[in-house]
Amino acid sequence: MANVMSPALLAQMSQQHVVTALVENRAGVLARVAGLFARRGYNIESLTVSVTDDPQVSRMTIVVGGDHRVLEQITKQLHKLIEVIRVMDYTEIPAVERELAFIKVSAESKDRAEIMQIVEIFRGRIIDMGEKTFIIEVTGSVDKIDKVCDLLNSYGIKEMVRTGLIAMARGARTA
Amino acid sequence: MKFSGAQIMLECLRQEGVKHIFGYPGGAVLPIYDALYDYKDITHILVRHEQGAAHMADGYARATGQVGVCLATSGPGATNLVTGIATAYMDSIPMVAITGQVRTTAIGKDAFQEADITGITMPITKHNYLVKSGDEIARAIAEAFYIANTGRPGPVLVDLPLDVCLNKIEWDPSTYPKKVTIASYKPNNRGHEVQIKKAAAAIAEASRPVLYVGGGAIASGAQAEVTELAERTNILTTTTLLGKGAIDETHRLAMGMLGMHGTAYANHAVANCDLLIAVGARFDDRVTGKVDQFATKAKVIHIDIDPAEIGKVRVPEIPIVGDVRTVLRELLKHVEERPWGEWNDQIATWKELFPLIYPRDGKLYAEYVIEQIGEATDWQAIMTTDVGQHQMWAAQYYKCRRPRQFITSGGLGTMGYGLPAAIGAQMALPDSRVFCLSGDGSFQMCAQELMTATVYGLPVITAIINNRSLGMVRQWQEMFYSERYSHVDLQASPDFVKLVEAYGGVGLRVDKPEDVRAALEESLKIKNRPVVLDCVIPTEENVYPMIPSGQSIDEMRIRENLEDLKASVHADAEAWSFSDEDQVLARYVEVAKGGEARKESLIDG
Repeated sequence: MANVMSPALLAQMSQQHVVTALVENRAGVLARVAGLFARRGYNIESLTVSVTDDPQVSRMTIVVGGDHRVLEQITKQLHKLIEVIRVMDYTEIPAVERELAFIKVSAESKDRAEIMQIVEIFRGRIIDMGEKTFIIEVTGSVDKIDKVCDLLNSYGIKEMVRTGLIAMARGARTA
Repeated sequence: MKFSGAQIMLECLRQEGVKHIFGYPGGAVLPIYDALYDYKDITHILVRHEQGAAHMADGYARATGQVGVCLATSGPGATNLVTGIATAYMDSIPMVAITGQVRTTAIGKDAFQEADITGITMPITKHNYLVKSGDEIARAIAEAFYIANTGRPGPVLVDLPLDVCLNKIEWDPSTYPKKVTIASYKPNNRGHEVQIKKAAAAIAEASRPVLYVGGGAIASGAQAEVTELAERTNILTTTTLLGKGAIDETHRLAMGMLGMHGTAYANHAVANCDLLIAVGARFDDRVTGKVDQFATKAKVIHIDIDPAEIGKVRVPEIPIVGDVRTVLRELLKHVEERPWGEWNDQIATWKELFPLIYPRDGKLYAEYVIEQIGEATDWQAIMTTDVGQHQMWAAQYYKCRRPRQFITSGGLGTMGYGLPAAIGAQMALPDSRVFCLSGDGSFQMCAQELMTATVYGLPVITAIINNRSLGMVRQWQEMFYSERYSHVDLQASPDFVKLVEAYGGVGLRVDKPEDVRAALEESLKIKNRPVVLDCVIPTEENVYPMIPSGQSIDEMRIRENLEDLKASVHADAEAWSFSDEDQVLARYVEVAKGGEARKESLIDG
């Protein structure tokens, strides 16, 4: 058996994978998918669902951790669900990936200019301004949002919500 | 024409060709039972517990290959089906379970007898439906049958709320779909041609190949193809518990079951093979033991209809996704003849060295009972089992001649399965003799179904292998828990003979080997009532061989006094009052090199 793993493969093991599933837009489908992940012990980092251009079809974008064999099982098991139409693994496909976050951060007057600068550098937007807080909207890769959070943390993050990653293959290729 | 939802449902079942429903009424299914009153061509079998209904539908499906149907009310009725549905799911058995549900307006309000059965059964069904309006019923039923019995089969549940069953809608039965298409469900039956050619090449190159055949071969009806492949290539064949009968187990190329309680020779063959051809099998932990020490020298060809099984446990060198029968037929076009070789001789030697064997000391043993059941029925009877030691003994000693002859809960290991499964099988095949091999523990889990057997005049014969103990657990406690026998004593059990009599059946008890055959003959004379044959065996008997859980063949335990046993069997074969000479020969064949050829020469001589 070819059990020896190449360094590249080993690196991939700790990798996170983006999988999208096109599913029938019906009640209970999310429960089926979530239940599948839970009972097979797969680790969901994030999961987003919304309707597609076809109102009969929803699209789930799931970020999971695990090695390539786990990923293969996830893909196959997802496909076994009757209401799952297509599954696509973005690991080796050129794709754009984005996440959106709202970050409510303490914004004392002395810090405001600095915070606004950070927001600008990361091409974010301030979408609410209170007496002592900003809500910042930022879009980008997971890494970028992590980075923004790191930087804002020193001012005091009060609350945060992230949409989870969404992905789409580059070029003409579709899911 | 106007139909109530309940009528639509029954009309759909009729169009699916359903002849039998195993069920139990209740509040939420009253409209269905009312409509059933007018459907005389559908026989409803009233069970005594919904679990029994699910197992009966399962046994019915396993005996025939047709979809089994069970019906229960909402809430507890539905949850009582759960064990049976899970049993069918683990063994990929086609079944449609129909449950009542509270009114759509009451769903989610904790109404009387409400249970979220679609939620509960999500992980144990291939798919399920909560039907919210009358016009969805026909499609749900059509899809349920289609999904249950195509691809990798499995149970499908359809949950029908009370108001959906009651409401009358305009419906035309001729609109019932003859052919179902589901865009997101397209099982792939045909294997990939290139892969199939690769497999043929691998078979040609292999010097120590083994065929490892599972339930998928039974589901796809591939006995002829499996046998043809084995015969043409002289490849020794081992089957899983669910694969029993995929090749005639008396065939010279059959090695019996592999795995934890498999034959030593099958396990040695797998451990040493250089090519393992897995056919509709899923590398279950009871087969592989420690996965990374399983068939380490082998290249693997894995044929399965479920892509998710490929690489789930063992990554195959040659994966082939497709229906076993279709793929084997294609494969046979490319596979060439292969002579009997050194490898075959090697396995024959292992057979000789490590036969399946049990003591001949005048005491009654389960193995003997099982062999006698076979002899008394010319090995034609269907045998269902419960779960535990007796199940493993049955797997070892009941030599199936054909598929669908051995009906057992393999994946889930459900105690209480045997009797209702036997009833289901008997209902489907009234002309067959159906035995249930049970244990004193398992039998008590669904014993109430004796009443069902009596009411419907079903002559199922239950042989209880009675060791006054939960034998398999006792065996593990003996071996792995320092003989600390914790809660395995079943001395306190009902008198099974009286019990079956109370249910209107016939009870017999044997505790000596010489009485077994007569008791079986007497049981077989009974054609209209259940029989329970209480077979009293020693408590201390263990199942051998055994590879402890999660270990490899190196840890296999065999009977310690094997040589003495072999000698005693040889001596015994002379003296034993077998009614059939063939059985004596069969015993020799078990240990004899050359299998069938040797048997023939013995008969001639």
